[in-house]
Amino acid sequence: MISLERIDKIYQTGHGPTQVLTDVNLRVMRGERVAIIGGNGAGKSTLIRIISGIEQPTNGIVDTRMRISWPLAFSGAFQGSLTGIDNVRFISRVYGQDWREALDFVADFSQLGKYLREPLKTYSSGMRARLAFAISMTVEFDCYLLDEVFAVGDARFQARCQDELFGKRGDRAFIIVSHDARFLYDHCNRGCVLRSGVLTHYPSLIEAQEAHDEYMRTGTFKPVEAET
Amino acid sequence: MAEQNIPPPLPRSFGRSLAIQIRVIWALMLREVLTRYGRHNIGLGWLYVEPMMFTIGITILWNGMGLNHGSNLPIMAFALTGYSTILLWRNMPNRVVMAVTSNLALMYHRNVRVIDLFASRLLLEFISVTSSFMFLTVMFCLSGYMDPPEDIVELVGAWMMTAWFGVSLALFLGAIGEKSEVVEKLWHPLAYILFPLSGAAFVADAVPPGTREKLLLIPMVHCTEMIREAFFGSKVVAHYSVSYLLSWNLILTILGLSIERQLSKDVIPE
Repeated sequence: MISLERIDKIYQTGHGPTQVLTDVNLRVMRGERVAIIGGNGAGKSTLIRIISGIEQPTNGIVDTRMRISWPLAFSGAFQGSLTGIDNVRFISRVYGQDWREALDFVADFSQLGKYLREPLKTYSSGMRARLAFAISMTVEFDCYLLDEVFAVGDARFQARCQDELFGKRGDRAFIIVSHDARFLYDHCNRGCVLRSGVLTHYPSLIEAQEAHDEYMRTGTFKPVEAET
Repeated sequence: MAEQNIPPPLPRSFGRSLAIQIRVIWALMLREVLTRYGRHNIGLGWLYVEPMMFTIGITILWNGMGLNHGSNLPIMAFALTGYSTILLWRNMPNRVVMAVTSNLALMYHRNVRVIDLFASRLLLEFISVTSSFMFLTVMFCLSGYMDPPEDIVELVGAWMMTAWFGVSLALFLGAIGEKSEVVEKLWHPLAYILFPLSGAAFVADAVPPGTREKLLLIPMVHCTEMIREAFFGSKVVAHYSVSYLLSWNLILTILGLSIERQLSKDVIPE
């Protein structure tokens, strides 16, 4: 279980404090799949980072009772100056597991071959995504945080990733941020909408998506608060 | 949502946290060695050779110019003790200031905290400077350029106190350095100015008493004097106060750790 209670996040910026999240409450149980829908700048990535524990909320309590992944995202988590292999080693050491096993899996899944011996900064974005995803799959978590992770990669690679995540790890919890409504429908059974840092829960994903679309079109929304 | 479904908290214990911390610091140290020295030529060897080159250079320079700065100590030993001490308190802050900014990608993993970044770099620096100091001491002694240190126990104590001073200074500067870039800009000239004032290039006993009192306000002078006493106890009159250095160490450590704690809440990973 993950429980967020009355989370506020305020960043100190050059033009004064900016409130990014306001009174966010969220509870995700083992095996649940929650979509977080929101426009650009609504605070989705910040929320994901707070859930993962890499950023602290300004106010509120985060109670995590399962192992949560780092945010699987387009960037971050890896070192550009290190080779693919050294990144595998580093992650394996940090999470306390055997890097040789991890490396075998990464080599097989990413199909990067000899490029694994080259620094990450020389990779194309597709190669980087393949490596990043493969490394993410070497550590087992109870809950995976996905922040637009499937924005890159070709169809075949995406299919393999989805099988690895939602197939082999179908029993885990997922919290997914995506602008791709189709992707969310395929993989989530609950939806919340984030608008300017305020999280609203909806009884179903469809209602959440409709409310979000409505808000995007008209700038207004019906405050339908689901029972939580 | 049914309240009875709430699972128990994840197991947390001191032992488990310690194991994670050691694992993370070890991973960071290996990574740091790789990014700093790479796998080319002597690789890890640079860890020892880099500080050694500085010390040997200074030793040869002072030896050639006959600079034993008002003492009757052998120049080789004078330079070795003086410069190694400087390396210990100067390199530690250098490695830590701006360490967070340049490693934001690593903070993407929950267990990697600011304190782990600092700890791994400081430990590495300690190993590097200490091993090069030990190696050179043994080499100089074996080749007859200087006598072995007179009091090994005192030397270890003095070295550890100096290392602690370096660590606490680094913690403090590293923590405030993340808040203001001015710290990095100021630290480099300050370290440079402190070089001649730190006691590496003089013995406090050779300085007139009035000036000596003022110089002894600089904590680094106490470090050098302690180490020199351990080396040449019977040949020098050392001027230092363990409690004065200890106060500096404690204050800088407490300030550094408390600012670091606050900093780690505000860090925004890449």
